[in-house]
Amino acid sequence: MTEASATPPTGSAPARSGRLREFWYYFRENRGAVFGLWIFVAFALCAAFAPILSPYDPTEQFRQHILQPPAWQEGGSWAFPLGTDPLGRDMLSRLIEGARYSFFVGIVVVTFAASGGILVGLISGFAPKWLDMIIMRIMDIILAFPSLLLALVLVAILGPSLTNAMIAIGIVLQPHYVRLTRASVMSERKKDYVTAARVVGASRLRLMFVTVLPNCLAPIIVQAALSFSTAILDAAALGFLGMGAQPPTPEWGTMLAEAREFILRAWWVVTFPGLAILVTVLAINLMGDGLRDALDPKLKRS
Amino acid sequence: MTTPVMSAKGLSQHYNVGGSLFTKPQVLRAVQGLDFELQAGKTLAVVGESGCGKSTLARMITMIEEPTSGSIVLDGKTITPADWAKLRTTVQIVFQDPYGSLNPRQTVGKILQEPLLINSPGISPAEREQKAREMLSLVGLRNEHFDRYPHMFSGGQRQRIAVARALMLEPRVLVLDEPVSALDLSIQSAILNLIVDLQERLNLAYLFISHDLSVVRHVADDVIVMYLGRAVEKGRKEALFAAPQHPYTKALLSATPHADPTQKTQRIKLEGELPSPLNVMPGCPFAPRCWKAQDICRQTMPDLVGNENQVACHFPIGPDGT
Repeated sequence: MTEASATPPTGSAPARSGRLREFWYYFRENRGAVFGLWIFVAFALCAAFAPILSPYDPTEQFRQHILQPPAWQEGGSWAFPLGTDPLGRDMLSRLIEGARYSFFVGIVVVTFAASGGILVGLISGFAPKWLDMIIMRIMDIILAFPSLLLALVLVAILGPSLTNAMIAIGIVLQPHYVRLTRASVMSERKKDYVTAARVVGASRLRLMFVTVLPNCLAPIIVQAALSFSTAILDAAALGFLGMGAQPPTPEWGTMLAEAREFILRAWWVVTFPGLAILVTVLAINLMGDGLRDALDPKLKRS
Repeated sequence: MTTPVMSAKGLSQHYNVGGSLFTKPQVLRAVQGLDFELQAGKTLAVVGESGCGKSTLARMITMIEEPTSGSIVLDGKTITPADWAKLRTTVQIVFQDPYGSLNPRQTVGKILQEPLLINSPGISPAEREQKAREMLSLVGLRNEHFDRYPHMFSGGQRQRIAVARALMLEPRVLVLDEPVSALDLSIQSAILNLIVDLQERLNLAYLFISHDLSVVRHVADDVIVMYLGRAVEKGRKEALFAAPQHPYTKALLSATPHADPTQKTQRIKLEGELPSPLNVMPGCPFAPRCWKAQDICRQTMPDLVGNENQVACHFPIGPDGT
């Protein structure tokens, strides 16, 4: 194999980079995860440099090129490599621009859900029994609904827009973080180092954020990676149902919905946004699996 | 006799366990009516099998839990929860498991500086680091260990770090909750010697919790033998080891191995399990397992009596061993 595999992680390096190296050592074991990581990086670059990469403005309409097929098919031209949609807009540009929205949705939703969920989970883990019970029952109620249905109801109440869709998805994803954080907090809290910090006089806030939280992060990071894809998928689903981003926003789900009626006449208008969603979500899930394998000591093969 | 650093009177801790919406919680009497005194530079050892309330005692002394009843007096002043924050620096603890007692995400330096950071915020960072480094060398670790993480150390070294952390606040009472029972035998003695050495240098009062009598014999000045939350025998180490008065103490002593294989020891085997502390019967808690038990033992609880060495037994074992 490559030269890197010959050097197992050693303790001689400074601790932080040593831990990073160990992480990479375990992460690399999983081929699919590395593959997913590269696709995710490409996706992120697309999102970051969308205006430079895309050949046209995603909303510009070329009226004489309506529903032009992709370049390799008869009637296609390299001016529009992936063809054009019913309004004559370039598919490639729209897909690249759509990566931006998806990435944005993923980041905002995960940040919102994770920060809220971690905070509530920490409080729940440290709270007296009654408060803990109230919080967990509320989370159970949220979890009892199918997530998309609940998001749909929330958007219907708030009004359809990408922002409201993100808020709704964030609320729906939150209970997972709450439960995960609470569970790790409960198991960490019993350990002696927490008692030691208490004996030394650490305040409750210090115990929560400085002593316990850093030791609970590994499963939360994995959950964040996995819910990134859930967020993208849910946002696309809401967009498809007309409850997310509104036309002419080149959001992948919205694009699918717009092109639905042309599915038999022009396969490319539905296939490409669908493929984009599929590949992105798959890549992030693969990467998340690898993260879990690398970060969870219980699954580590020695 | 000098005034004790810390003394406890009638210390008890009861927990409510079980108990849901429909059932009444049961009362678990973890510790009942414990009296003791800690002197500067002396070690009081508390021995007993698992579940007899040793660790609960440690939690009360270190002000993690408030006793249900009884009082702890520190320098002639009774401790109330309101004083906890001020008095924390006086009492510190070393835990049994050196793998669980150090935060895996903090470097040794951070672990040692945290007590100062919390309790004396006025100290400059440079001075804090200086003090932590001094403490590191005091417990026999090297300067380069300062920036390492706990997982890079062996059990013995970790326990040294734990001792160092406990001493950072210059406490006067140190609770050692089975500090060596998780370590290899060869490392146990090194840690014990460190503990004894530090006591001499810093004039610390130790509350040494253990179930290992050979360790207790090595470090203790006074010994309390606990059984099911109560002290059954209490006294000077020499007297207690030479002539145990309570049958339980005798049984415990007979179970410790001797270095001399030719010496015949009569091993006393105790029948049965420790009774549940949830439903305590009237009478002596040791009666169900005691070979000397008679009717009175099962009906009335004996008090802790005696002058020098106190024992709670209706039929204490005399100097002749019967």
